[in-house]
Amino acid sequence: MPEKKSELFFNPFFQRNPIALLVLGICSALAVTGSMATALVMSVCLSLVVAFSSLIISLIRHQIPNTVRIGIQITVIATLVILVDQILKAFFYDLAKQLSVYVGLIITNCIVMGRAEGFAMSHTPLKSFIDGLGNGMGYGFVLMTVSFCRELLGSGTVFGHEVLPLIADGGWYQGNGLMLLPAGAFFLIALIIWALRTIYPNQQEKD
Amino acid sequence: MLHYMEIIFTALFMENMVLSFFLGMCTFLAISKQINAAAGLGFAVLLIQTITVPINNLIYHYLLKPDALSWAGFPGLDLTFLGLLIYIGVIAAVVQILEMVLDRFLPALYYTLGIFLPLLTVNCAILGGSLFMVEREYTFRESVFYGIGSGGGFLLAVVALAGIREKLEYADPPAGLRGLGLTFITTGLMALAFMGLAGISF
Repeated sequence: MPEKKSELFFNPFFQRNPIALLVLGICSALAVTGSMATALVMSVCLSLVVAFSSLIISLIRHQIPNTVRIGIQITVIATLVILVDQILKAFFYDLAKQLSVYVGLIITNCIVMGRAEGFAMSHTPLKSFIDGLGNGMGYGFVLMTVSFCRELLGSGTVFGHEVLPLIADGGWYQGNGLMLLPAGAFFLIALIIWALRTIYPNQQEKD
Repeated sequence: MLHYMEIIFTALFMENMVLSFFLGMCTFLAISKQINAAAGLGFAVLLIQTITVPINNLIYHYLLKPDALSWAGFPGLDLTFLGLLIYIGVIAAVVQILEMVLDRFLPALYYTLGIFLPLLTVNCAILGGSLFMVEREYTFRESVFYGIGSGGGFLLAVVALAGIREKLEYADPPAGLRGLGLTFITTGLMALAFMGLAGISF
């Protein structure tokens, strides 16, 4: 268990990445990575929800009866998600439409529950907050990598700006349709996992 | 009738919960090492989905949507913002009740599904089904068929993946790809295969 706060923050990026190593929260990770803008919004939303749910749950951890802790955790998380959802709908309506049900699905995102149950219940508020933020950003890191590849190779753009001009628009680049399909996301995640596990051999699965 | 068939087929293949919306991934990957376990999980999802989607549909139409409470004397009330909290509550409650009913009347089935039932409360495929039902404004009858279709889609995908993974035990992939990496690639190929059915139209 890492004790230094900087380690708490940076470990979830590569060494203990919630998506690549622990297989948590991929449900929404893949669905919003078709364009970088939605992936960025999703990462920010999730980071905020994880960080603050960890903070709140850690603050009240001595008052939570053990038998109903899951219910209380879900209520805290759901309330935060509703807040995020309403703010998105009020100020960024177009993005909220594109993200459709996936903002709501942050409630059942295993990263949030996992951090609440596995870390926040047994650590101080500040540490829980940093740990939550780190895990949210680790999730965001994978999301941004995947969406960068998908948007660049699939439609030749980065954040909607044209980088590789498509043949259809008189350029030279033939967009890779596979990247825009769900399958493309699966292959990219597999490659990221492969890369991480080659760099950190201790993450490899034994037979 | 054709309309309802279309809803089922679309939810089963073209808009498969797992393979094209990535919902329920965590359980999908975790419990697909053996066909038996996968089938148990799949049937539990099918059962819960068939029950919760129509119930949430009724709740949405008679309690939450704008003006829905006019029958109780509260016209103009819009409670849709409470939706998330209530759907997850309904799902948790249904899972709990189902668990008790099965334990009392069908102990054999209860032991088969046993550990998977409580897990399903936090399965995004279940909550996702209810949220899609609201977003697409299904009627009650449509929601019944959508529940069956989307749950069945999960069952189909998880059993198929488990079958492939049992065979993959004998493969010899690079060390970094072993396990999770290879499973992702397999899932990607399955997603492509399911896309192939998108040409079917009614």
